[in-house]
Amino acid sequence: MFSIGPLGFTAPWLLLGLVALPILWILLRAVPPAPIKRRFPGVALLLGLTDDEVHADKTPWWLMLLRMLALAAVIIGFAGPILNPKDETMGNGPLLIVADGTWADARDWAMRQDRISGLLEEASRAGRVVSVAVLTDLPAGEMQFLSADVWQTRLAGLTPNAWQPTREDVAEWADQFGADGFDTYWLSDGLAREGREILIEAFESKGVLTVMQTPRAVIGLLPALIKDGALQIAAVRSDPVGDAVLTIAAIGPDPAGIERELARVDLAFSAGEAQAEVALSLPPEMRNRVSRFAVQGINSAGAVTLTDDGLRRREVALIAPHDESEGLQLLSPLHYLNQALEPSADLIKAGLEDVLPANPDVIVLADVAKLTVGQTAGLIEWVEAGGLLVRFAGSRMAASDLSRTVEDALMPVRLRAGGRTVGGAMSWGQPKALQPFPDRSPFFGLDIPADVTVTSQVVAQPDPKLADRVIAALADGTPLVTRKEMGQGQVVLFHVTANAQWSSLPLSGLFVQMLERLAITSHQGTLNDEDLVGTTWAPLRLLDGFGQLADAGAMAGVAGEELTAGVVSADMPPGVYENESRRVAMNAVGVETTLMAAKWPANINVEGLSISRETLLKGAFLTAALVLLILDILASLWLSGRLTGPRSTGVAALLALALMMPEGAQAQSDDFAIDATAEVVLAHVITGDARVDEVAQAGLMGLSDVLYQRTTIEPANPIAINLERDELAFFPFLYWPIVASQPLPSPEAYAKLNRYLRGGGMIMFDTRDGDVAGFGTGTTAEGRKLQQLALGLDIPPLEPIPEDHVLTRSFYLLQDFPGRHVGRPVWVEAAPADAERAEGMPFRNLNDGVTPVIIGGNDWAAAWAVESGGTYMFRVGRGYTGERQREIAFRFGVNLLMHVLTGNYKSDQVHVPALLDRLGQ
Amino acid sequence: MTTPAALRRNSAELAGALPPLLADAERLAAMILLGEHGRRHSGMGDEFWQYRVAVDGDEARQIDWRRSARSDVHFIKQKEWQAAQSVMLWVDGAASMQFSSAKDLVTKGERARVLAMAVAVLLVRGGERVGLTSSATPPRTGQGQLLRMVQELIDADTSADFGKPDTHGMRPNTRAVFVSDFMGDFEGVKAALTQAADRGVKGALLQVLDPQEEAFPFDGRTIFESMAGSLRHETLKAGDLRDRYLQRLAERKAALADLAHVTGWQYSCHHTNDAPRVALTWLYHALERRH
Repeated sequence: MFSIGPLGFTAPWLLLGLVALPILWILLRAVPPAPIKRRFPGVALLLGLTDDEVHADKTPWWLMLLRMLALAAVIIGFAGPILNPKDETMGNGPLLIVADGTWADARDWAMRQDRISGLLEEASRAGRVVSVAVLTDLPAGEMQFLSADVWQTRLAGLTPNAWQPTREDVAEWADQFGADGFDTYWLSDGLAREGREILIEAFESKGVLTVMQTPRAVIGLLPALIKDGALQIAAVRSDPVGDAVLTIAAIGPDPAGIERELARVDLAFSAGEAQAEVALSLPPEMRNRVSRFAVQGINSAGAVTLTDDGLRRREVALIAPHDESEGLQLLSPLHYLNQALEPSADLIKAGLEDVLPANPDVIVLADVAKLTVGQTAGLIEWVEAGGLLVRFAGSRMAASDLSRTVEDALMPVRLRAGGRTVGGAMSWGQPKALQPFPDRSPFFGLDIPADVTVTSQVVAQPDPKLADRVIAALADGTPLVTRKEMGQGQVVLFHVTANAQWSSLPLSGLFVQMLERLAITSHQGTLNDEDLVGTTWAPLRLLDGFGQLADAGAMAGVAGEELTAGVVSADMPPGVYENESRRVAMNAVGVETTLMAAKWPANINVEGLSISRETLLKGAFLTAALVLLILDILASLWLSGRLTGPRSTGVAALLALALMMPEGAQAQSDDFAIDATAEVVLAHVITGDARVDEVAQAGLMGLSDVLYQRTTIEPANPIAINLERDELAFFPFLYWPIVASQPLPSPEAYAKLNRYLRGGGMIMFDTRDGDVAGFGTGTTAEGRKLQQLALGLDIPPLEPIPEDHVLTRSFYLLQDFPGRHVGRPVWVEAAPADAERAEGMPFRNLNDGVTPVIIGGNDWAAAWAVESGGTYMFRVGRGYTGERQREIAFRFGVNLLMHVLTGNYKSDQVHVPALLDRLGQ
Repeated sequence: MTTPAALRRNSAELAGALPPLLADAERLAAMILLGEHGRRHSGMGDEFWQYRVAVDGDEARQIDWRRSARSDVHFIKQKEWQAAQSVMLWVDGAASMQFSSAKDLVTKGERARVLAMAVAVLLVRGGERVGLTSSATPPRTGQGQLLRMVQELIDADTSADFGKPDTHGMRPNTRAVFVSDFMGDFEGVKAALTQAADRGVKGALLQVLDPQEEAFPFDGRTIFESMAGSLRHETLKAGDLRDRYLQRLAERKAALADLAHVTGWQYSCHHTNDAPRVALTWLYHALERRH
């Protein structure tokens, strides 16, 4: 193939056509542009006039250049240009494509898929069978060599995983290679890793191995630690070359529970350094909410590190009974708790009333026997909302009647009076040691030091539920620690004191471990075996290879011992694991991870990933030629005066068309305003139900006709209103038939409606269900819809139309307001309560205010509706009575519109006697 | 569009707003034709002139019995002798008048015919007699004559490129109106006007032009052709000709005005994008003017 630089041609001989261009140039320059013929009567006056210049007949050079370029583009286009033509061909025989598929791949996984797709295409052209494997998700059994097209369809299903392939898995897989040879393409993630040499050896023994890897450095975010009260965020990279700055975001729920970015910090690698650290100082309140840190712009599990209890500092409130005596510090009930909790929790020491509003995680009551009713209620509420209440016994509790006969709400068990003392000077027995913890106890697996003994304790009453509540017991079986679930929280009672008076437990390390198991404190730094032995951790949320968190679903739990190993795998993907209320995060990049760039033996061919693929440029060149030719058309028109001279209306119109569009829209809106305001217009709301809208339109049409015939109101044709789009202010009156299926207006439309109602507009709601339901019962779908619709509207208190309402006499004297249905009450704005009957008049003195809404269900529009021919659309009632009913319906319509347009003018009659009086004087 | 009925309706509409045109009565004495111009003599006419005592020889049916009943003698009611003037119209019907530069502009011929018929309508309403110089029939008055004129205008021969005023139907001591673009041979116009002046005919020249003929908005290589195709002129740069063309046009207008002045005629130029009423008003005044 003939090629120039990266450009190759499939038909290079066509390029000889370019030689013809200069000849064409000379030819075209010689021929002037074609003249325009114009009919012009004034030609008689032109006869004999000669041109001053003669050179203008030549085509200008730039137009020639344009045409030459267009022609050259056509020639080159048909010569079949190809960018990055590939001359090398693949071998034949089976082909294996291997991808590491680790989190390090995730960042440019799309590129890898693209590359695999390209390899598959080539293999497909060469007719090779292919197998594709991902090392983190190795297929069981022998490799499947299938046609490349089959793998193309499976390609989208290949995803990177958040863990790394293990040496054992890889070795096992390599052992299963069949006898047949194959070539291998290996898409490496660029990280050095154990087991790689096994695979290299295995692949090379089968055929040619080609490795592809991106030179881009892999970045891993190390788990965040707390150092000197600040968060320590560190990242490692595989290629310590040059400076680099990462932006790291701390993500967690905000106070409203919505996950968002809480803080961000820049982390700078200096040249030559593979690791960088930055300190992020956050208020404890915010730090406790951080659920993960993520490097911005990198979608990879390695660029996300989850946080767990290690970063949390629980708020623990310590409450001790009021002590008048000035005791020694070591005898203080809270001394050992202080010592145990200080390093890992925020302690609050205040009165119970002050503590509860702060909503601490844990409240410790050390030998507190008496709580007021208010304190008890507050504590119960707090525990049920998820609080952990830890109580310690003591002399006061033993002496009190707390939980004696009836189990106290805030005690896990009932207590016997007085407690007991063993192994003292006045007793026979020895101090008691602890029993090993039962396996359902949160303390299961903790080592019990031999020197922990108990000399005194409060004793639980035997109870059917007692056995379930004991989580630690003495050697003789008496409960030492009991626990009760309460709502979402729990109450834990240590049957000994929090100081060393009754037992040596607070002096031992076991005490701290027990507090930690109860999630009163949280572990610091890495987990150790002792913390985790015997526990099972259920995955809560897991990270996929791209660093996205997802619910773990029904995945099996993981033993605590595995967690301590800290190596994530397919069985234990990175994520958050939970046991009791403790949480541990497993991250794709562990604390001690270092990332090393992979080193390949010298004899292996290593390619970059971004190998340019062949691009056919024929289309691009031909498109360019087309564009140039269009430019040429415009330029020729312009040159010959057709673009600007007379008879250029077509071109001008095309250009003007684009400019005129928005003005058209404006004109439309103006037309609407003019239509709506030039004359009085009745309007109805478009419900979306075509039939109902049609009836409403016809009904208003019929009413308009009647108004025109009988009154001085001469309305134009009614208009249908779209609440979302149309301005309402033009209409004095809106008829709104209710359809159960109509959508609720948007908030903007509601704002518009309320503005309309406040501004003196009237809406008549018609549920059209007067035949089946009384209004207000909400039994019909329309009635319920009306209630929904009206929720957002600013509607005053309503009452059924009273006898003296102005609607009853604004034009006709009426007492019924039938539509197609009869007799249901029609509701209007209620009269003020203090309205008084006017003297000498049959109605009350109700002057101001036109009712903003009329609500009824008589389906008035149907009674008013006329067809285009003038006949009525619907039958009303039967015979003469029906016609009478229709007449009354029309009269109601007339009264209604009179009321709308004249307000309470008719009510002014109440003033007639006063006016006459005044005139008489 | 140019059906007789439409043309007549258009001209009637245009004439509707103007008062009846009372043509100059200067020539009335010589014209022994009925019209609304009183001759201060008794004779045939519609207007009352005088009562005179009946004498022998008067026919009995001439006696005005109502007047006679109030006295002892018989009276005869005499009416004023009225005379009408003849106005001859020539409307250029040549191919050059078919030109219109834009879709929303009427052709020059259309405008010329409407103006001419408007004047005719006014004259007929004023009791004058109108006719076409190209017509074989003498000038008459009445709606029938209007229709006849319209028919003749529409049937006019349009084969020639430029028109020349037709004077063969022109009678002495009448008035005449020539409507044309006067783009053709100037000598023809000159001859016609001289001939008219010789016969004592005075009148008005109305030149009707298209706005494009005034603006010459052309550019680039162009071949200009006359409407019937008899004349053509090719230019490489139309834009360069503009100034010289406009100069020639101005010269032509000046020559027309001069000629009109010499022969006692009136001259005006009208553009098809202007309101026709202006031109009609001018024609009205031109015909009303006494000499």
